[in-house]
Amino acid sequence: MSSEAKKALFEPLVANNPIALQILGICSALAVTTQLSVALIMCLALTSVTAFSNLSISLVRNHVPSSIRIIVQMTIIASLVIVVDQILKAYAYEVSKQLAVFVGLIITNCIVMGRAEAYAMKNGPWNSFLDGIGNGLGYSVILIVVGTVRELFGSGSLLGYQILTPVSEGGWYVPNGLMLLAPSAFIIIGLTIWAIRSFYPEQVEKPDFEMQNAHNTSAHGSTGGAH
Amino acid sequence: MKTNFSFRRQRGFFSLPNDNIVKTIGVATLLCLLCSVIVSGAATLLKPKQVANKLLDKKSNILSVAGISDDTKSIDELFTQIEARIVDMKTGEFTDAVDATNFDQRKAANDAQYRVPLSKQQDLASVGAISKYGNVYLVRDGADVSKIILPISGYGLWSTMYGFLALENDGRTVSSITFYEHGETPGLGAEIENKKWQASWNGKQITDDSGVPVLRLVKGGIDLSAAGSEYKVDGLAGATLTSNGVSNLIQFWMGDDAFGPYLERVRSGKTQANIQVKTSTSNNGEKS
Repeated sequence: MSSEAKKALFEPLVANNPIALQILGICSALAVTTQLSVALIMCLALTSVTAFSNLSISLVRNHVPSSIRIIVQMTIIASLVIVVDQILKAYAYEVSKQLAVFVGLIITNCIVMGRAEAYAMKNGPWNSFLDGIGNGLGYSVILIVVGTVRELFGSGSLLGYQILTPVSEGGWYVPNGLMLLAPSAFIIIGLTIWAIRSFYPEQVEKPDFEMQNAHNTSAHGSTGGAH
Repeated sequence: MKTNFSFRRQRGFFSLPNDNIVKTIGVATLLCLLCSVIVSGAATLLKPKQVANKLLDKKSNILSVAGISDDTKSIDELFTQIEARIVDMKTGEFTDAVDATNFDQRKAANDAQYRVPLSKQQDLASVGAISKYGNVYLVRDGADVSKIILPISGYGLWSTMYGFLALENDGRTVSSITFYEHGETPGLGAEIENKKWQASWNGKQITDDSGVPVLRLVKGGIDLSAAGSEYKVDGLAGATLTSNGVSNLIQFWMGDDAFGPYLERVRSGKTQANIQVKTSTSNNGEKS
């Protein structure tokens, strides 16, 4: 595997994570992570769609008129999403019912469009395919983290197996209802981004603006926005 | 000119510059054709499997509303405990006019042979038309019928909601309710799938003493000790229109234009005899 291929596959896992660094695909990360099993199927669906959309778009990239390139990308992505949806309905009916509208919404997932436009339009099919898988897995890493925390503390179970027995069933654990609501996903994603950026300080963005400090030279004129 | 023409012929369509109008339209057409073939191909090939899944799902919903579950047995095996019958909506009597195992009142409502259009006043649940014959699923406890399961449907906020209502054998007490297909807002109207909410239906009364369906969903919680609370179910928070839809579909399906005549017969005890004659052969006598 060439270094470029390796980079395409592994870099999005942590170092250039689509959710944590590019802040794409947040919407579905909130919606499908109350249960880990549903999150896993969503990861699989999104990874295959990103990989194959990258592959097909890269194959036709030299013949796509620039005036209709976004529509061409959308058509390819939408077709792939419908196929994935049909397959889920045929082979994973229960899960497809839980995912409901969110499979269809992969079409609007910024990760798929973003990778098609930013990578597949400029790179060869094999690297684009790997980039799709890499970004799908990067999305999966965050979803699995969020899904694990939410299901474990929200329902006391993991993948449906009871781990912390809740009070309602005679145990000691009081389930945290917040974990089942969307805001908890924001909090967990935020904490994850914090953790990642502590290991990769170069990811920390420069502030858009800095607090003006009138007493720049005085003793308490330290940086920061606490004033 | 001539050389130019043959040059273009040789290299063909794909050598045209990308911003050429012919190429733009050509690429768009080709892409659309290819994508539609893939999409329709996938949909057609997977259709039988999806239909089978839906049927199995419907059966498992009937079983769950009947309160039958056994992990060691398959859904088809468990379903043998349930007897499918056909009811003539008008008279409320059982009929053998159509095959009970294959008849589907939901499909039949669109079949000219069975379709009964509803007038605006009749159509409380906004279903447009219903089938002349209705599906009824009977759960047996020995010789006696312990529960009656009726298919229900009605318009909520966005979609037609399909479900089942299980009644006790008195024909008016709710045993349980379930919805298996709908397109209501996730987190709000879609809470009709919430097991806890569905459990709150247990023991409610569909009709008052005169046989008129009065059960409704109400806003703002229910005082269970107050008189009339047996006719009220707690509405869904943030989903008033879905709740209204559920109220309406109960009023409709339990009313005179749908299962009302049948339930009236059950309540007056006329149908029970009919059932016992029918099953005396299959009764093994172990349970009374």
